Amino acid sequence: MPEPDPRSPQKPAVQHLVVRYAKRGKMRFASHRDVARAFERGVRRAGLPIAYSAGFSPHPKISYAGGAPTGVASEAEYLSLALTARQAEAQVCQRLNAALPDGIDVIDVTDPWGLPGGLGGEFPPEAGGSGGSLPRANSAFGHLEASEWRVVLPGVGSAAAQQAVVSFLALDEAPVERLTDKGVRRLDARAAVVEMSVITLDGITADPDGGQRAAVTGQEDCAILRMVVLHTAPAVRPEDVLTALRERNGIAASSPPLTTRLAQGSRALLTGKTLLTGKTLLAGEIGS
Amino acid sequence: MPVESVYPALEPLLPRVRKPIQYVGGEVGSVTKDWDATDVRWALLYPDAYEVGLPNQGIQILYEVLNEREGVLAERTYTVWPDLEELMRTNGVPQFTVDAHRPVGSFDVLGVSFATEMAYTNLLTVLDLAGIPLFSSERTVAHPLVIGGGHAAFNPEPVADFLDVVVLGDGEQAVLAITDLIREWKRAGQPGGRDGLLLRLTTVAYVPRFYDVSYHPDGKISKVVPNRPYVPPTVSKHTVMDLDAWPYPRAPVVPVAETVHERYSVEIFRGCTRGCRFCQAGMITRPVRERSITTIGAMVAQGVAASGFDEVGLLSLSSADHSEINEIAVDLADCYEGTNVGLSLPSTRVDAFNVTLADELSRNGRRSGLTFAPEGGSERLRKVINKMVTEEDLIRTVTTAYASGWRQVKLYFMCGLPTETDEDVLAIAQLARKVIAAGRKTSGRHDIKCTVSIGGFVPKPHTPFQWAAQCEPEVVDARLRALGGALRADRAYGKAIGFRYHDGRPGQIEGLLSRGDRRVGAVILAAWRDGARFDGWSEYFSYERWQRCAESALATEPVDLAWYTTRERDYSEVLPWEHLDAGLDRDWLWQDWQNSIAPEGAAEVEDCRWTPCYECGVCPAMDTEIQVGPTGARLDGRRLLPVVVGR
Repeated sequence: MPEPDPRSPQKPAVQHLVVRYAKRGKMRFASHRDVARAFERGVRRAGLPIAYSAGFSPHPKISYAGGAPTGVASEAEYLSLALTARQAEAQVCQRLNAALPDGIDVIDVTDPWGLPGGLGGEFPPEAGGSGGSLPRANSAFGHLEASEWRVVLPGVGSAAAQQAVVSFLALDEAPVERLTDKGVRRLDARAAVVEMSVITLDGITADPDGGQRAAVTGQEDCAILRMVVLHTAPAVRPEDVLTALRERNGIAASSPPLTTRLAQGSRALLTGKTLLTGKTLLAGEIGS
Repeated sequence: MPVESVYPALEPLLPRVRKPIQYVGGEVGSVTKDWDATDVRWALLYPDAYEVGLPNQGIQILYEVLNEREGVLAERTYTVWPDLEELMRTNGVPQFTVDAHRPVGSFDVLGVSFATEMAYTNLLTVLDLAGIPLFSSERTVAHPLVIGGGHAAFNPEPVADFLDVVVLGDGEQAVLAITDLIREWKRAGQPGGRDGLLLRLTTVAYVPRFYDVSYHPDGKISKVVPNRPYVPPTVSKHTVMDLDAWPYPRAPVVPVAETVHERYSVEIFRGCTRGCRFCQAGMITRPVRERSITTIGAMVAQGVAASGFDEVGLLSLSSADHSEINEIAVDLADCYEGTNVGLSLPSTRVDAFNVTLADELSRNGRRSGLTFAPEGGSERLRKVINKMVTEEDLIRTVTTAYASGWRQVKLYFMCGLPTETDEDVLAIAQLARKVIAAGRKTSGRHDIKCTVSIGGFVPKPHTPFQWAAQCEPEVVDARLRALGGALRADRAYGKAIGFRYHDGRPGQIEGLLSRGDRRVGAVILAAWRDGARFDGWSEYFSYERWQRCAESALATEPVDLAWYTTRERDYSEVLPWEHLDAGLDRDWLWQDWQNSIAPEGAAEVEDCRWTPCYECGVCPAMDTEIQVGPTGARLDGRRLLPVVVGR
């Protein structure tokens, strides 16, 4: 790479904010790259003093925790922003929401490395990289060990779903294949699943995402799964678990399942909880 | 009558298609209006994929112009990829707009922008999915008016049967005039039905149905005449005469999906009078009308703040020709110093590029690609096409670029130009070698590159080459192979020279669609029924299909594919678009054609911006005039650009 142009040195980052955001409604069809593009433009529209990388093609310093797949909604996506001037978290939240497309919604903004009271201070080099560079994903998002997912399965009865869940949990392993751009990938869907159960909600019309399909799902059986899945490498997605349920138990939705990531966090935080209502889950009270 | 969103029916299909984000709308800058609060409703179609259509300036401009008007609604629609098309057909989901997912068939107007003829089959896909009869003659008052515009619409004859109305030239004022006529007609109780509306529209646009075309026994056109009273024998183009009064787009739609251009584009002038003989855009958009530096600055300030783009594209047919391009580049770079907002000139003439531009375009350490278009490999050929760029110009320009830090430049050429020989094309290899040699010398580096990009020439209506024989695809391909071989065989420079080419066969079909007449409509329909989709995309285009469909659809006619493409026309032949007036004097075009192929060498045509000339006829015929600066104004960064990012 050519050396940076000395006439336009990039300002150093002085603050790193962690942003929790949702991917809702129509925006669940955004891919990782689509979301990244929206945030890059969003921070500029919001007038935030985003830091840029050096070099001939400077790009905004935004780093992303593994995003929910295309087509999957989420209430708990994370990224971090490197800023060249300190900002109040609440204001960043508000300005980003005004600048982002509806459906890519910022839920909260935190300054985990800031000093108490927000009095400033340098970003500690030991927390990830030197010279004010962005913390590596594993330090910024290292505590995100697992995700809690909700999967709405149109056309599947609760009893059948319950039976499938029980038999899935009894398995030692559940090898499945997923077609990726790079070919067929083989995964063990069982190993990553910590918890899975069939839940009932008062009606998914309260869900900003499921509401799109209320007209469809209101007509027929509609089982809802809740599962806690570890972030393994390679990653096991809810769709892989559904593949196992379909292949072994004949559980097949009549139209594409509606999957939502409800929370990310440590394994301990996400497991062993009592059953929560949909509303509580959506309010984002866990996992952050 | 309320119109319901088709989204509930579409949504279950989206997980099953590629890049579903392109179908959901919701972009920053998009507009949704209450259906019942409006009385004239436009669906604007770019007949290609969303990723290509979204950045289109024409659509973005008209979308804003229409939506700014009270009582008028405009939404956007694009051609869906075949994976979704199939699912929509199976599930009975009609063509929809991405803004509010309303069915296109419910709108008053379907406005189609044709940047290229290769999109004609996509129009048929959209009409069919929308439930609109393919033929204008089969539509009733219950169907939208299908209105075509854009550069390709200057010869709409191949799609004349599928369009109700065609607008020639600039659309800003034309769409508003059409809106008013539709509103009056609706309020008056739709007098005369659909034909009544079409008759009213003949005052501002071309209505193909009201013209009859007759043919000689040999297949040539005998005449094109109106078939009812009050319909004018010729139709003129529209020309917006004050670009400062039409500062659009102000706040463009910003896609979430990836698209082909990711920047805020501002058109710095419209029209071009360089007089390149192959260039349809340069002929049909005359005269040159500059936007002032002041308006450009205000549009950039507002557009960048509203969109969040980090690149500003200074658009036009030849951006370095703006009378104040250096001031624009310097002042904008000043305004955005330290903000990582970069400038680009997507279209730059070799002989107009200079050190100032090189410096300003790279001021933020960001260098977008530099493309220059010598078009022809030899000086002789460049004279034939009136692209008066010398080898010295080119070497000087690329030397400037390499010296300013660019490591790569792209050079664009055409193959199959009139009078072209194998040697003219092989001369491109020589030129590329000299470019690399000069670049290595000036930069002192060995890693500089140059990409030669070349495609087949397609003669276009309303240009001096409209009479020319198009080169056979086999000849184009042979020359491209020879050029590729010469580039690869070069040991000293070969690795520094990239080679990209488009084979000659799609160009022949583009030639058929460009200079075709109404009989070509049957070929388009046959190809579409045979499965033709996205013909501008090499992975979808099938030459064999088009050849076969041309043969079958024209079987009973005295004409064929070769007749439309590789046949030279003579002076007396009635061309299919002769009733459509771009203002160009026919005899001037003919003389220019003759001058280009004169045995003693081609004569040069001057640019009327700098040497007063009215010979092309556009200004007297259209009552227009050249509008160029300099204005002497400058941009003040601190006052002009209140929202500066990153400070």
